[in-house]
Amino acid sequence: MENRYFNEMYENGAIRPPYRRLAEWTETMPAELRNLKQAEAEELFRRIGITFAVYGEGGDPDRLIPFDMFPRVFTQREWRRLERGIKQRARALNAFLVDVYNRAEIVRAGRIPSSLVYRNEAFETAVAGFTPPRGVFSHIIGVDLVRTGPDEFFVLEDNCRTPSGVSYMLENREIMMRMFPELFRGDRIEPVDGYSDALRRTMASVAPAKCDREPTVVILTPGPLNSAYYEHSFLADLMGVELVEGQDLFVEGEFVWMRTTQGPQRVDVIYRRVDDAFIDPLCFRPESMLGVPGLMDVYRSGGVTIASAPGAGVADDKAIYCFVPEMVRFYLGEEPILQNVPTWQCGRAEDLKYVLDHLPELVVKEVHGSGGYGMLVGPRSTAEQVAAFRDKILAAPGNYIAQPTLALSTCPTFVEDGIAPRHVDLRPYCLVGERIELVPGGLTRVALTEGSLVVNSSQGGGVKDTWVLAE
Amino acid sequence: MLSRTAENLYWIARYMERAETAARFLEVGARISLMPGAGDGFRSEWDSLLRAAGIAEGFAHKYGDPVQRNIESYMFFDTDNPSSVASCIGRARENGRIVRTALTSQVWDALNTAYQELRALERRPRSELPLSQLTDWTLRHCAQLRGAIDASLLRNDGYDFLHLGYFLERADNTARLLDVKYFVLLPRIEFVGSGLDNYQWTTLLRALSAHRAFHWAYGGEVTAGKIAHFLILNLQCPRSLVACTQALNDHLDRLARGYGRSSGVQSRARALLGELAELTVEDIFDEGLHEFLTRFIRETEQLGGLIANSYLSGDLR
Repeated sequence: MENRYFNEMYENGAIRPPYRRLAEWTETMPAELRNLKQAEAEELFRRIGITFAVYGEGGDPDRLIPFDMFPRVFTQREWRRLERGIKQRARALNAFLVDVYNRAEIVRAGRIPSSLVYRNEAFETAVAGFTPPRGVFSHIIGVDLVRTGPDEFFVLEDNCRTPSGVSYMLENREIMMRMFPELFRGDRIEPVDGYSDALRRTMASVAPAKCDREPTVVILTPGPLNSAYYEHSFLADLMGVELVEGQDLFVEGEFVWMRTTQGPQRVDVIYRRVDDAFIDPLCFRPESMLGVPGLMDVYRSGGVTIASAPGAGVADDKAIYCFVPEMVRFYLGEEPILQNVPTWQCGRAEDLKYVLDHLPELVVKEVHGSGGYGMLVGPRSTAEQVAAFRDKILAAPGNYIAQPTLALSTCPTFVEDGIAPRHVDLRPYCLVGERIELVPGGLTRVALTEGSLVVNSSQGGGVKDTWVLAE
Repeated sequence: MLSRTAENLYWIARYMERAETAARFLEVGARISLMPGAGDGFRSEWDSLLRAAGIAEGFAHKYGDPVQRNIESYMFFDTDNPSSVASCIGRARENGRIVRTALTSQVWDALNTAYQELRALERRPRSELPLSQLTDWTLRHCAQLRGAIDASLLRNDGYDFLHLGYFLERADNTARLLDVKYFVLLPRIEFVGSGLDNYQWTTLLRALSAHRAFHWAYGGEVTAGKIAHFLILNLQCPRSLVACTQALNDHLDRLARGYGRSSGVQSRARALLGELAELTVEDIFDEGLHEFLTRFIRETEQLGGLIANSYLSGDLR
């Protein structure tokens, strides 16, 4: 059974070179030390306050995401290919967004059905005809990748709005370096701590035309009750910018201002971690208390940049996803470096038929769902669960897509009685501004339950430090 | 700095100082209750204490008669009491979580550790937790936080807002503790100068961790006049009203210099400091200690209001 899956540490029964040092490290580590270190890591996480609240689960709001100390390793060669592929995708996705809010050439050319774009909930008519500074809608793209073999990577989905988790990438590394400095001696591992500077540079580079000075950047958070609040404050701290809530901002004249102890201060770039629907009650949901009334007027008149731009969500929809390779060809004239997972759209009659005939083998997801909720993993479900899901699909086929159950690669992971393979995925964070940048690393999520393919932290997933080896 | 950030910093300090005072109140109460009763005895002393702390009504509503054990619970663990140690530390930590960006990791660590340990204390049976342990615990964590602030925090405006919170709260709290002794604990004039009187004064000094300091500074007999001087007019005493007012002035001046403008709050604070500097103990006793303290408490409240309007509300244009 295990042989079906590519274990990233082994190839033909031998340990792959990037993992050799780790293999020695674990062999020589006494079991007591391991338990001690695991407890130390947990204590560090709790003391730093990196916790994660899961919506709707109640319980301890200070729950930790389990951290696995066994790192996941990529070689420089593997990473370079991923990097090229991700940057290519980021360019194509932004070109797509500029296009669909303007002339929509890709729709006119018949390469994407217009209904998928214009009847999409994430399409914002409020920004039609508007192009943000430097033509960037999505400034931070989290590309979720899975691996099925030594050279086989697939993109599972793109996150063009406000992908979270980057604080774990940074903190996991910080904690590993604190606990196991010996693993890092000799500059073998590419650092990730350039991320916050790159993020600040990216934000400053997309300041609006009306900004004629060093831009003031802020991070807009829904507030301390949000499950990712820790990450918001962590990033603000690393970037050296203010973390604001909607109540701290107001619109006056052509600009957005924040309330400070020295009076109003103009804000040029807002990295928002608030959903489109909530950022401006005058433009979107009128009952929202999280936003800033009038923000969209200032935005559209070039007084402030909002990152990611309102409307960027239309590019990361699971139905649009199928067309990203098409976007790469259409806008860039290149062949996609990274492949999509083959996807059936239940909204199409012939696809639906295939999906219904093969349900027990497939993974079915809601088009707008996230967080691993509302999905069916065919091979791991009972006949009753499959039947129940079938009814849900039939009730609204357009809401579902299906993919083959991928043989997700595994990575050695510390478990109760030693080390065992567990399934992993990867989310690198691509920054798009004046330049496109990608920090060598990302967030590796690991399904801690034996055999499980669901890596979401809300479903019992954990995280690992992710290494890219230097040449 | 964001007004909301300044406000949160200011309240972290106020809550932590308030937690410390709650612990000191408990210590005064516990020591005085070990004495043979004065007048109505044991019950009235705790009752007086609750009144001075401003929580008598809330306590009576929940527990009725002032029984020491219930008072301890109410003042330490009870989150229905907004000034309990648990409430204050919980809120200080929540405020800290909101403004993590304005705190160093050491400061956050001190706040968060206090909170996590408190959660652990709450899970232990009360019989394992003598009062002295609870008060020591509180003072230790409050000191740790102040130490972390002192050792690691940038001396920017946030530092000033924290200290405005600390000293405003401390001025208010010293005035209240002093008021407990004079107005509440010793209601009948014939006790003045008696052994009981002196014992109560000494207890108060102990609760303020100022017993030894007092003797170094004054020597000889403990008298009401000396103590009033020490706790109100002596700049050497770190909790005296004048020392707190001086510190408030220093931090307000730093803010005015840093921001290049001052407002009504600076002149108001200077006026208060001017008044205290000119006062003698005789003046205070002529006015009546209780009357003076009541006036001072009102004065600090107004100063707090002015600080909020000038800096924390975000309405400044």
